[in-house]
Amino acid sequence: MNLVIVGLNHKTSPVEIREKLSFPAQTIGEPLKKLTGHYGLNEGVILSTCNRVEVLAITSDMEKGVWQIKRFLADFHSIPLEKLDEHLYVHCGEAAVKHLLRVAAGLDSMVVGEPQILGQVKDSYSYAVEHNTAGVVVNKLYHKVFQVAKRIRTETKIGESAVSISFAAVELARKIFGDLSGKTVMLIGAGEMAELAAKHLINNGIKEIIVANRTYEKAVELVKGFGGTAIMFREFAHYLKNADIVIASTGATTFIIKPDMVQEVMRERKQKPMFYIDISVPRNIDPLVNNIDNAYVYDVDDLQGVVSSNIQERNKEAEAAEKIIIEEIDNFYRWIKSLDVVPTIIALRQTCDQIRKTELARSLPSLSALTEKDQKVLEAMTSAIVNKILHHPVTHLKKEANRVEGDLYIDTIRKLFDLTVDEQAVKKAQSNED
Amino acid sequence: MSEIFFHITALLYLVATFIYTAYLVTRKDNFLKIAQAALSVGFVLHSLTIVARWALSGHTPATSLHESLTLFSWMIVALNLLAVVRYRQRVLGAFVAPFALLLIVTASLLPKEIIPLSPVLESYWLPVHVIMAFLGNAFFAIAFFLGIMYIIQERYLKSRRLRGLYFVLPSLDTLDELNYKCLQYGFPLLSLAIITGAIWSEYAIGSYWDWKPRQIWSLITWFMYAALLHGRLTAGWRGRKAAIFSGIAFMILIGSFIIINLLSGGAHGLAR
Repeated sequence: MNLVIVGLNHKTSPVEIREKLSFPAQTIGEPLKKLTGHYGLNEGVILSTCNRVEVLAITSDMEKGVWQIKRFLADFHSIPLEKLDEHLYVHCGEAAVKHLLRVAAGLDSMVVGEPQILGQVKDSYSYAVEHNTAGVVVNKLYHKVFQVAKRIRTETKIGESAVSISFAAVELARKIFGDLSGKTVMLIGAGEMAELAAKHLINNGIKEIIVANRTYEKAVELVKGFGGTAIMFREFAHYLKNADIVIASTGATTFIIKPDMVQEVMRERKQKPMFYIDISVPRNIDPLVNNIDNAYVYDVDDLQGVVSSNIQERNKEAEAAEKIIIEEIDNFYRWIKSLDVVPTIIALRQTCDQIRKTELARSLPSLSALTEKDQKVLEAMTSAIVNKILHHPVTHLKKEANRVEGDLYIDTIRKLFDLTVDEQAVKKAQSNED
Repeated sequence: MSEIFFHITALLYLVATFIYTAYLVTRKDNFLKIAQAALSVGFVLHSLTIVARWALSGHTPATSLHESLTLFSWMIVALNLLAVVRYRQRVLGAFVAPFALLLIVTASLLPKEIIPLSPVLESYWLPVHVIMAFLGNAFFAIAFFLGIMYIIQERYLKSRRLRGLYFVLPSLDTLDELNYKCLQYGFPLLSLAIITGAIWSEYAIGSYWDWKPRQIWSLITWFMYAALLHGRLTAGWRGRKAAIFSGIAFMILIGSFIIINLLSGGAHGLAR
């Protein structure tokens, strides 16, 4: 029972390769079926996002499995394997589990800790379930992955701080105002970025929105989507005192909001704090406004600075997440290994019992004097002998399987008794395990 | 028994202070939880110390400087725990714990014997006056720390360099609001403490007000906090200005408390 991941991501390959290799969600059934059918892998999952394409498979022979996946990727997309190979990474066994956990937790993402990837991993798993390419190992593995990803989310702050400018603005607003419900935001100029920031603010509870734009119609149109007030551009100074958050993004080449103006506004609103976000270049808000008590001014560069310090903060949290992953892998791998031992024990029992039955069947005809009752006694006795002989080997095998040399024990037993592991028995053992 | 509790309390506050500091440096939530637990257990023992002392002396344990500081420290920690439970202000403890520790350690260095209360002072006014005065001051102490937190957080936001404590300190608005709340509770309590003190003084020595240093300083503090409250209500003092003002007022309060007690030997020199 071996786990293999073959794939590529934004670090190992350029976008030209990634886009060629991607598997659209609508038609993912076909490649999944090919993977487990034609290419003979036991179970398979395909994860395809804009930053990565990965195939996870369960195989009985690791080396062969890796080769099969590579062939599959090359054949399916009709790319020569020689061209593809340099971009592919391969993770086997424990390393594969670790890789999957890191991907799901967002540790392998371009923006560390981004939450979308977990949803994409979930999707990839549900496609596999839908198309019957997820078996017991994959089921168990992915449940574990989701559980660990959740643990990382709750125990570390990896996804907490904003890593985009518009989210950074929301985060800052919260550090100034605490609760945003009941607050008012004013957009001066209705650029795309201003609109996006306003949207985030509204999602975080902002009560009212005022839009001032040079083309009044555009302001009206924008307000329709949000349910706010559109005002004439020249009126904005008059409304300023009602706004707690001001987002400026006009094409003006001079400062349209100046310290004396803000001073007056602050007096009118009894010094209630104001947050000025200047996302226009050249700037629209005089940076000196920041020197006024209870007024905070952030321009694009400031917000970018916030974003980069947040990213640093995330990277610090990523270390804690890595530790959690290492902890969880130990637990999980123990289970994976036990999958090997269970079928071995079953095969051992079956082989010995088969010998017993054959020998019994051979001897019984020459023991014609036995009554039916005697035969039953004989049956029970031979059965007991087999069980007693196997008792210690089986106990030790179970115990040793979780240790470092577990594989060695399993291998030895298989060789000594010349066991062939019955697929049917494996399946049965696995479903019992669940 | 109460002696042992007292020392364990001091030890737990010390532990809490260290772990809170570790939290501020690393910002790992686990540290915060442990520090809070240490502070809470310390608080329980602290309470037992005070109850035991009260039972032993038979009057409100605030007749010596040792007792006063112990009681003051207890009330500050109590308010901090209230802030944790009621307002989820978990970082405040990092500022309160060292201060509570400082008070307890100072108390432990002072003479601990129970000073018998002179019969003229024995009155129901004693617990009423003492509890109001200390509770009022405890609110001002909390306001002081909230003010410090505000100033730190405001510094981060104004400088636009967000790191370290920025991530764990609450929002400016929350800090300002709680600061105001402390003032709203502290000021009436201080007023009542002055009034009950005057009444008690009338009962005990036959005069409401005789311009003792203690009384003069209480009046000064009262005027300072009255001015702050007035400024907040009418002139829109808030944020940094209010934080700085309440900081100065509290430092004057503490300064006068220390000077007066050094001069009089504790409890307004009324004991004995």
